Amino acid sequence: MSLLIRNGRVVDPANSVDAVQDVLIDSDRIQRIGRDVAAPPDATVLDATGKVVCPGFIDIHVHLREPGLEYKETVATGTRAAAAGGFTAVACMANTQPVNDNRSITDYILAKAATEGIVRVYPIGAVTRGLGGKELAELAELAEAGCVAFSDDGRCVMNAALYRRAMEYTLPFGAPLISHAEDHDLSHDTAMNEGVVSTELGIPGAPAAAEDVMVARDILLAELTGAHVHIAHVSTAGAVRLVRDAKARGVRVTAEVTPHHLLLTEEAVRGFDSNTKMNPPLRTKRDAEVLLEALIDGTIDCIATDHAPHAASEKEGEYDLAAFGIVGLETAVGLLLDRLVRTGALPLATLVARLSRDPARLLGLPGGSLAAGAPADVTILDLEAPWTVDPARFQSKSRNSPFGGWAITGRPWRTIVGGRIVWQ
Amino acid sequence: MSTRPSRLREKAQVLDETALDRALTRIAHEILERNGGAKELAFVGLRTRGVTLAQRLNAKIAAIDGTTLPVGTLDITLYRDDLDMRGAPVIRGTDIPFSIKNKTVVLVDDVLFTGRTIRAALDALIDLGRPKMIQLAILVDRGHRELPIRPDYVGKNLPTSKRESVAVRLREHDGEDRVVIEEPEEA
Amino acid sequence: MGWTRKDLVTMRELDAAEIVLLVDTAASLQEIAGREIKKVPALRGKTIVNLFYENSTRTRTSFEIAGKWLSADVINFSASGSSAAKGESFIDTAKNIAAMSPDVVVVRHSSAGAASILARELSCGVVNAGDGAHEHPTQALLDLLTIREHKGHFEGLSVAIVGDIAHSRVARSNIHAMRKLGMTVTVAGPPTLIPPFVQELGVKVSYRLEDAIRDVDVVMMLRLQQERMTAGLIPSIREYSRYWGLTLDKLRAHARPDVLIMHPGPVNRGVELSPEVADGPFSVILDQVAKGVAVRMGVLFLLAGAKGGGGA
Repeated sequence: MSLLIRNGRVVDPANSVDAVQDVLIDSDRIQRIGRDVAAPPDATVLDATGKVVCPGFIDIHVHLREPGLEYKETVATGTRAAAAGGFTAVACMANTQPVNDNRSITDYILAKAATEGIVRVYPIGAVTRGLGGKELAELAELAEAGCVAFSDDGRCVMNAALYRRAMEYTLPFGAPLISHAEDHDLSHDTAMNEGVVSTELGIPGAPAAAEDVMVARDILLAELTGAHVHIAHVSTAGAVRLVRDAKARGVRVTAEVTPHHLLLTEEAVRGFDSNTKMNPPLRTKRDAEVLLEALIDGTIDCIATDHAPHAASEKEGEYDLAAFGIVGLETAVGLLLDRLVRTGALPLATLVARLSRDPARLLGLPGGSLAAGAPADVTILDLEAPWTVDPARFQSKSRNSPFGGWAITGRPWRTIVGGRIVWQ
Repeated sequence: MSTRPSRLREKAQVLDETALDRALTRIAHEILERNGGAKELAFVGLRTRGVTLAQRLNAKIAAIDGTTLPVGTLDITLYRDDLDMRGAPVIRGTDIPFSIKNKTVVLVDDVLFTGRTIRAALDALIDLGRPKMIQLAILVDRGHRELPIRPDYVGKNLPTSKRESVAVRLREHDGEDRVVIEEPEEA
Repeated sequence: MGWTRKDLVTMRELDAAEIVLLVDTAASLQEIAGREIKKVPALRGKTIVNLFYENSTRTRTSFEIAGKWLSADVINFSASGSSAAKGESFIDTAKNIAAMSPDVVVVRHSSAGAASILARELSCGVVNAGDGAHEHPTQALLDLLTIREHKGHFEGLSVAIVGDIAHSRVARSNIHAMRKLGMTVTVAGPPTLIPPFVQELGVKVSYRLEDAIRDVDVVMMLRLQQERMTAGLIPSIREYSRYWGLTLDKLRAHARPDVLIMHPGPVNRGVELSPEVADGPFSVILDQVAKGVAVRMGVLFLLAGAKGGGGA
């Protein structure tokens, strides 16, 4: 089975390509890229004139909620949402029920992905048992079962001694610890960023320091142990500065940012719409500007959505009682294309790199490039397509997005995984 | 929703300064005559021009009879039956700093039209106390009553059409004493 | 220019003219309290529901009296007890009440933004009777009415608000209103109870009671709640009261002889105010309560009295 993607603008930063090319896929691998590639007799031809052909996008921070929280999302619906958002692979967090802190859960997730998932699924194992922050999970077995990283995301491992041991223990596995950097004491009972808006609204806020304090700690522990620590959903200028300085010193730290932290600020909370409530919270305009600069200069290595589905009943109601988190798989690419690339704030090639080459490299995943022999994971974008975000029509089971009604130009056009078109 | 057309023009003058003054003098005499003097009388004027007229009547009675009567101010906004149609209401306040119990209250207003304002005023007065009697003094009665209300003292009876309006201008508020009929300008 | 809004949710969104209209309306309704028959028919046939998710007998009673003196039918619905426990969201509870066609719903809730959310969700008028630490507009209005009655005007007056500013909806509503009316506001208290960036609201900040109350026209003391101690915000009630509690000595030593002492109530006697000050000649606290009824009559009248016509 062959697939020929003809005449698209191929943007492949991993191979420094930005040119109109044809891409020939043979079963599940890229066979060749070039001009005027002849189509084999059995090939399906996809005319990508005017479209942008990229290595398949990878979202390394997604909550698929299965097992245990299937009312919010499942592997099936979450991967459909991923495909609809132009993602060919996702890494899913361990805060399921039960927690993915032992291989039987990892096996379960992988089995579900094999039978019901339509994009690649890479499980992330918990650092501590039950995310309790007290005892290490069986990290070696989790790695063997297929976990590509370890994270207690949703919670921070507050015990520095324990987190240090986790870093040391996992060194041989080549799988990083992904830090949800949040000092739970500083952020206790807060619902937004501590700042002028929280003061005006009377909602308790968490200062940027609640995140920065733990970013600093995790960097220093990584420096101590030589481990690779990846900072999840960086949201503050302070954290960016810490990561930049640490990288300059040679510490093995990487970082990701979400689309919502690039595009929204604490001002969005004024309407008390709990779709503006997430952890870490929306910060200030200055923070958003620094995050974008850092994404462009590579201090922030990649974009990850932190796709966090919740049922309507969990988001509806009092702001301070609402669940933290928003979905993001189906809006990330369109929003970033419209609000950052179209406006000239972010080069297209950088966007593509931060969504494909860089997350793949960071977690050691296959993909992220369109070279011959690479897996045939391709994301094709239509930069001119106008659409309006309508959460009611999401593939995800959940609708908790603050972007409903946004009019956007640019969206994923085809998502191809292992040579098969999984979404159009 | 406003019930007043936005542009009005003067159609005719009904009372000039002298005529207005004479009308008030006559009413003052009539009040004294009807009530056999000024004992147990009190004025209550409806905001805003009714109050001014009540004060002028009071001055005339003082000149004729030597007695000065108490004058109260009544705001009937809280008693209107047409709040829903009138747009955002503004309350200016009622100030009747004396007891109206057992008194004869002479209610004073500038123009009597449908009678609804006076109906509201009667309700308000009765809520405030139990007067012995309420009489109504009006400067201009323009007809078109929608309720069985009739004045005891009238300055001038003035047949009008419904689309006209009657404007009472008083020195204290408008710089001159005149009563005019206005009609909407044709577009 | 009259009242055109469906709801009264925050002081922040009102302009000075609207605030003055609310105060003026309240002022002209005060005389009803002095009548023998405390009833005017202005809201006859209108239904007002006091939807209180957070208990408050005083505020609820104030709204109830206000509604009844205007001849409205007032219903008290106590929805306290977590909605989550009952399995019904607070919005569902409100929608159920709204389905019975009240003209106005008066809402008190412990979560900031609850009234704003209900104002959006319900088609009837919504009055915010206090939503978490966010706003309490009728309290600010009665404070303003009290101040104007004693001082004759707003512009140029200086006010010190002392206490737990961080958790105070009374402080927030007053700050917004007073700034719009041209008053100077200083907030004072221990730094842990002053919210960050509060200067951006246009207020001065002081950490010493003595400095804050010097030369001001009005001192508004706020209630200190026990929970602040356990949250690590202050070491003890005793220490708080020693440094930020207002006693007669401090008042005489530092404040002007014509200063007004105000408090939204209930007063923790001996904590933020000594009994002599609370009950003394500078205090207008009971006056505030009386004006609360007038203010709430004014608000209910403007929201429920002219439906359909209001808003152009």
